[in-house]
Amino acid sequence: MTNDAPCNARPGTVDLRQVEAFIHQEARLADEHDYAGWEELWADDATYWVPAARMDEPGSSMSIIADNRHRIATRIKQLQSGRRHAQNPPSRLCRVVSNIKILGNTEFGDVRAQANFVLVEARERGSHTWAGRMIYHLRPEPDSRPAHFAMSYKSVDLVDRAWAQPSIAFLI
Amino acid sequence: MTPAGPAVDYAGLIEPLRVHGSLYTDPIIFAEELEKIWYRTWVYVGHVSEVPDPGDFVRKNIGPQDLIFTRSSGGEINILLNRCSHRGNKVCVQNDGNTNTFRCPYHGWNFRNDGELLGYPHPDGYGGRGALDDADLGLARAPRIGTHEGFVFASMSEDGPTLAEHLGDSASELTRLTRLSPDGEIEVTAGFVRHSARANWKFIVENETDGYHPQFVHGAIFNITGSSIGDLYGEKSPAVTRSLGQGHSENDLRPAFVEQGEPLAWFGTSEDRLPDYSSAMRVRHGDHMAERIMIEGAPHVMVFPNLFIAEISIFVIQPITHDQTIQHVTAVQLKGAPDISHRMLQQCIGSVGPAGLLLADDAEMYERNQAGVEMLQPEWIDTRRGIARERIDDDGHPIGSANDETGIRGFWQHYRELMTRS
Repeated sequence: MTNDAPCNARPGTVDLRQVEAFIHQEARLADEHDYAGWEELWADDATYWVPAARMDEPGSSMSIIADNRHRIATRIKQLQSGRRHAQNPPSRLCRVVSNIKILGNTEFGDVRAQANFVLVEARERGSHTWAGRMIYHLRPEPDSRPAHFAMSYKSVDLVDRAWAQPSIAFLI
Repeated sequence: MTPAGPAVDYAGLIEPLRVHGSLYTDPIIFAEELEKIWYRTWVYVGHVSEVPDPGDFVRKNIGPQDLIFTRSSGGEINILLNRCSHRGNKVCVQNDGNTNTFRCPYHGWNFRNDGELLGYPHPDGYGGRGALDDADLGLARAPRIGTHEGFVFASMSEDGPTLAEHLGDSASELTRLTRLSPDGEIEVTAGFVRHSARANWKFIVENETDGYHPQFVHGAIFNITGSSIGDLYGEKSPAVTRSLGQGHSENDLRPAFVEQGEPLAWFGTSEDRLPDYSSAMRVRHGDHMAERIMIEGAPHVMVFPNLFIAEISIFVIQPITHDQTIQHVTAVQLKGAPDISHRMLQQCIGSVGPAGLLLADDAEMYERNQAGVEMLQPEWIDTRRGIARERIDDDGHPIGSANDETGIRGFWQHYRELMTRS
């Protein structure tokens, strides 16, 4: 397996396999509702964005999620309270992540990567298939992070974001 | 539209203190609601600020009806049905944009953005150019359109009460919202999230001014964020629930905010954090009135049957089937006040929609309600909360405590009136 994707900065320092390992771990923590483990992946300055019909900049128009680090923490505390009714009981989740590619670097030196996902959510109301493209900004922190990176940005561009969705109270 | 069969006895299904579960589950009743409510009474469609310039259009809905909300070259608002007069195809498949004409992709019939038929290819087949001029083949239009404070409503019926008669005392609540803007206008410019729920639309409407649920459904998030919203709906709150007539209702939180007496406390902030907004309000209204407006805050009002203003959020409720409903939600934007509007947007995004810290849990309750009323017993939904302490205010409206079902009873009274009309 070769990495033919360009990596603009720090050539040689970013290993596609490490990026893949991070994204796979992030997906697994979300699937398993390991809220604390998932929250630990985030950098202190973070943007978690799931755009709705209009996709311009995070927080500049109505979005499904446009969390800063503070609101990510609030979201996690709500899930951990046991009284996030839309996730009580939690959905059964299984996502397949693929097409992982390093796009380059942000102006802050974070690795930009993209990946596609298909996610089946099962709960009492029935099953739902989610799919979309994710963009990650990953800050190399090999010394302090077991996962090699801190996640400073994650966006999820759902294929059906122009239309109505049922609730998405799990970590997408 | 309604299937032939024995007429539904609405008077028997809607009692003063309880309503029958079949009102939420029966597809025949849903079909009759479309005819007698959604295609007859005034329904909110869109806001003038969504189509600011001539040629602007945006797709909208009344129930399952697909509408094109346009501003034509003369500046008038039009509400057109998205159905070609030739073979029924869709003439517009974009969600929004700017155009003077809509051309049907099927056979090329071309319509102006006020609905007039402009042309059809190969006119010789119709007897030549202009031969269809008197055939009434424009796009269908909503027969009546009315506007209040920029909110545009339509009635699919040629006749009936005026918009002013329909809005009644809910109109002043919409006006109260616009007064929060230093320019006296709100704008719907932030885009929408669309949230579907497998539930009957009436569960959603009833929930909007149900002050009994927040402390339970949203108790965890109120605790985590230190929000005092739960207290506003507590047993000791001076706030009231009011039935405004015509099926409209509100949670009037002003008594609680006046008791606090702090400008912008309703929005969880203070004047020093929004200096531009506060000074613009004081310039426009003068100190005394500006303070009063900023103390009293935004309305929490459900305008029958589909427009809900939840302080900083605007919900448009679209019934799809008897057990499927879409909520289209956007943030209130106050014209001339970018600082508070930005905060309203951020708070609204966090609260509403499929992943909203509040609304995902509300939707869970709607869906469990819907599943529940499919159960055979006990058949009825209880709506008696607060009846013993209900009173009539100076305007003749029933009011109850902050967490009473006064608004729900008012909804059903109006619903029953509409559904028992011929």
